Amino acid sequence: MATLAQTSSNLLLAAFFLYFLATVFFAVSITGGRFKNKEGDEKNRTGTYGYISSVLAFVSAIGYFVTRWIAAGHAPVSNMFEYTTFLGIMMGLGFVIIYPIYKSRVLGLFTMPIVMLIIAYASVFPTEIQPLIPALQTGWLQIHVITTALGQGILAVGFAAGLVYLIRVTDFKAKSKKVTALELVLFGLLCFVGHVLLNMGFGAAGYEKEFNYTNEYGEQAQMEYQLPAIIGPNEAELASETGSNPLLLAPDFIVADDLNAVIWAFIAGTALYWLLRLVLRKPIGGALQPLVKGVNPQSADELSYRAIAIGFPIFTLGGLIFAMIWAQIAWTRFWGWDPKEVWALITFLFYAAYLHLRLSRGWHGEKSAWLCVIGFAIIMFNLIFVNLVIAGLHSYAM
Amino acid sequence: MKKVICECGHENPYGTELCESCGKPLKDQGKGLVNMRYEGAARRSQTYSRTIVDKIWNFFSSVKVGVWIIVLTLIASSLGTVFPQEMFIPPGERASVYYQQEYGTAGQLFYQLGFHNLYSSWWYMLLVAGLATSLIIASIDRFFPLYRALKNQRVTRHPGFMKRQRLYHTERAGEDAHDRLKKAGDALREKRYRVREENGNLLAEKGRFSRWGPYVNHIGLIIFLIGATLRLFPEMYLDDHIWVREGQTVEVKGTGGEYSVRNEEFLIEFYDDEDERFINNPQQASAVAKTYQTTVTLFQQTSETIGSGVEPDEVEQFPIRVNNPLTFDGFSLYQVDFKLNELSEFTFAVEPEEGTDDELYSETIDVNLYDPETVYEMDNGFTVEILEYFPNYVFENNEPGTLNRIPDNPRFIVEITPPGEEEGEMSMVGIQVNNPLSEESDYRLRMVDFDTNHVSALAVRRDRTIPILIAGGIIFMIGLVQGAYWHHRRIWIQERDGELLLAGHANKNWNALKKDFSWLSEKTGLPEPADQAEKEETDGTRDEGVKSNHGDAGSDKQ
Repeated sequence: MATLAQTSSNLLLAAFFLYFLATVFFAVSITGGRFKNKEGDEKNRTGTYGYISSVLAFVSAIGYFVTRWIAAGHAPVSNMFEYTTFLGIMMGLGFVIIYPIYKSRVLGLFTMPIVMLIIAYASVFPTEIQPLIPALQTGWLQIHVITTALGQGILAVGFAAGLVYLIRVTDFKAKSKKVTALELVLFGLLCFVGHVLLNMGFGAAGYEKEFNYTNEYGEQAQMEYQLPAIIGPNEAELASETGSNPLLLAPDFIVADDLNAVIWAFIAGTALYWLLRLVLRKPIGGALQPLVKGVNPQSADELSYRAIAIGFPIFTLGGLIFAMIWAQIAWTRFWGWDPKEVWALITFLFYAAYLHLRLSRGWHGEKSAWLCVIGFAIIMFNLIFVNLVIAGLHSYAM
Repeated sequence: MKKVICECGHENPYGTELCESCGKPLKDQGKGLVNMRYEGAARRSQTYSRTIVDKIWNFFSSVKVGVWIIVLTLIASSLGTVFPQEMFIPPGERASVYYQQEYGTAGQLFYQLGFHNLYSSWWYMLLVAGLATSLIIASIDRFFPLYRALKNQRVTRHPGFMKRQRLYHTERAGEDAHDRLKKAGDALREKRYRVREENGNLLAEKGRFSRWGPYVNHIGLIIFLIGATLRLFPEMYLDDHIWVREGQTVEVKGTGGEYSVRNEEFLIEFYDDEDERFINNPQQASAVAKTYQTTVTLFQQTSETIGSGVEPDEVEQFPIRVNNPLTFDGFSLYQVDFKLNELSEFTFAVEPEEGTDDELYSETIDVNLYDPETVYEMDNGFTVEILEYFPNYVFENNEPGTLNRIPDNPRFIVEITPPGEEEGEMSMVGIQVNNPLSEESDYRLRMVDFDTNHVSALAVRRDRTIPILIAGGIIFMIGLVQGAYWHHRRIWIQERDGELLLAGHANKNWNALKKDFSWLSEKTGLPEPADQAEKEETDGTRDEGVKSNHGDAGSDKQ
């Protein structure tokens, strides 16, 4: 069994590198010169190779999923690592579905790194196979989570297309609110990169500090920090032999180590952002713009809309309807205003508003693209913040 | 109101923008793309605005208002998750102090604004009601005109309509135009278009049913909301719970005595630390529960036999687990809570106050802590009478009492009467308590054993709204898929006065329509129409945004 779990991790690693390979292929196919054969026909096949890589990556990722399922005895969608990884895989699948329709290599260049980022982010969480508590032991949970992740993955492709659109049409030469906002989005993505790098770095160095603290029930408890403590838990005392005390202490209702990680992510993101700006000597969006100059804005706009239109019904089915069926069986009621449920409803309402604005009020182009970005932010907020910070019934899904 | 008669002879309702039959623009003769939203049909909300009813109708039929209601609901919903709702705060805490204590001033504000019960507040309900009203009115306002327009549309279209479509092309018709038109018809049939021909004009249409998707999903939503509202009536929705001890039979609340369950066994299972799946896990597997299960026997009594002492019929035995409720006759029993090792029985022996007497110990009495008897006669002649029983003893206001009927801290006041005596001796006994109450006492009760039981809490639910909710949910999903995964496309080809006209319209997914045109061009040699919206955009005449009329051409809400 242990070896099967090992195989599973290896397959995920393979998938990660295949996504990387796909990114490289798409990058080459866009930036590289045009390869023409003797007859003068375009022979630039790298885009196709990129797509093939992304398909192979998906196959390998499904291999991870299936082997881990067999090893664990339950579908690997029951904690943060498993769910977030699966969301990344589903975004990859969304791309695999949508690419043949629009053949947009730029979409590949933007989607693949985001998929990699989501999978890398997932691996910061504990990756061990965990036993499943009774409330999670049902086929409906698996159906609910798998469908939701597929829906969110496709919606995330819509975000990637929206981002492509915005980078394509924004004028980076002059300072404007649009530039600032777009840079903020890219900064947000860099925070995730920073978070992953920091955790990998401190993890490799074996950093670990333990604090004794008083939890929200007024009981003594221990908390382990994988990063140096800027914010410590409520009434914290250092239990490890070495290490410094935190600068500040959090109130008891806040999960302090997560808040600490968020602060570190912002610090690392800021550092990365300014480093890149120094190197590039222009806004990052401006540096990316040459990559997307060959994109027809209207196609990017329609593509992002198609992704949302395809993803929305799937998300609704998984995130609301199947979720209600599961809640009815596991928790005796189909709806209970748990924060996670509320945020699934908010996601639904948001995309419903998007569709109405787009279809009948003519919100195309930039406005529509911004909505795609905000929608993705809501999905990530629900995944990360609501799971980790706002404790609810779903918080065992850590 | 007077009808609008088009030059083609069709009578259109007052307020029509594009003739239902031939598509001739009736209102504006201007340039630019024609507004294809709702086929230019007359909508009540766009036509009348005099009476108060008109004004209310117009308000709720507006998508702008609808989106605002959605956004307000969205923001309100998110506010409720800032701090936990009252139902999630620890049991026994008072909301009036809890929020301030835990979350400071912000918590206090949260409480004072009533956000701790946000989702059942009148204004949240009002938002949802507004949403429902908007759904109904906006759907009616659009569906019927759209239905009429699509039903009445003619094959031959007015050139003014053709020219102002987003996909449009015209050229001199060659000799073979008639042939090509025929070929086009066959080709489009092959592509599963429904093709109609009339005087050398052609209309090919595909996926019209996707236009009804939004209305179908709105109907589903309304049914769902009706179902959810019905839960407020007690007859429709029952939410209760029962505690059942092992071996005990308890009436299922809400069934009027018809059903009862006996708890055969409560079982809690943990994962195994040796389980090799979890060996790498830092958290101990044995700390995680694997199963909570109550095996129950369900009994049923017919209404005639209730209370008549007749033994109820055994219906079935069932293991109730989390995620595996027992369902019968519309009721469901769920495993929701448990209590391990609750005291159930004390075993007493009588012993002399001084010295020991082994013989006495062989004679014992078992006192059931749920339902003790009043008098226990022992074989050795002693009589033990229970004068007072406090299952959960407290001493309050200088008086002994009990908190509740749960034997968490049982105390007895007993009178022990030795054989042959008239007067007994009183004493109080309990866990590690044995106080004589009489002045003289020779004997006392001694606890020699005790027994415990597991207790299981089962939620009792009956939700008669579920079928309505399921119906609403299914209809909603059908409508959503219908509207999102199919697209309405139309292709018009005309030969008129020696000119060949091609036009196309899609309610969304123009990409697919363009692909169909290029496929058609390959098959028949017909020209491919240009995208006039794209042309406008490159000319810089198209402005992204709400005010743009041109943008609307492509934004035809079905």
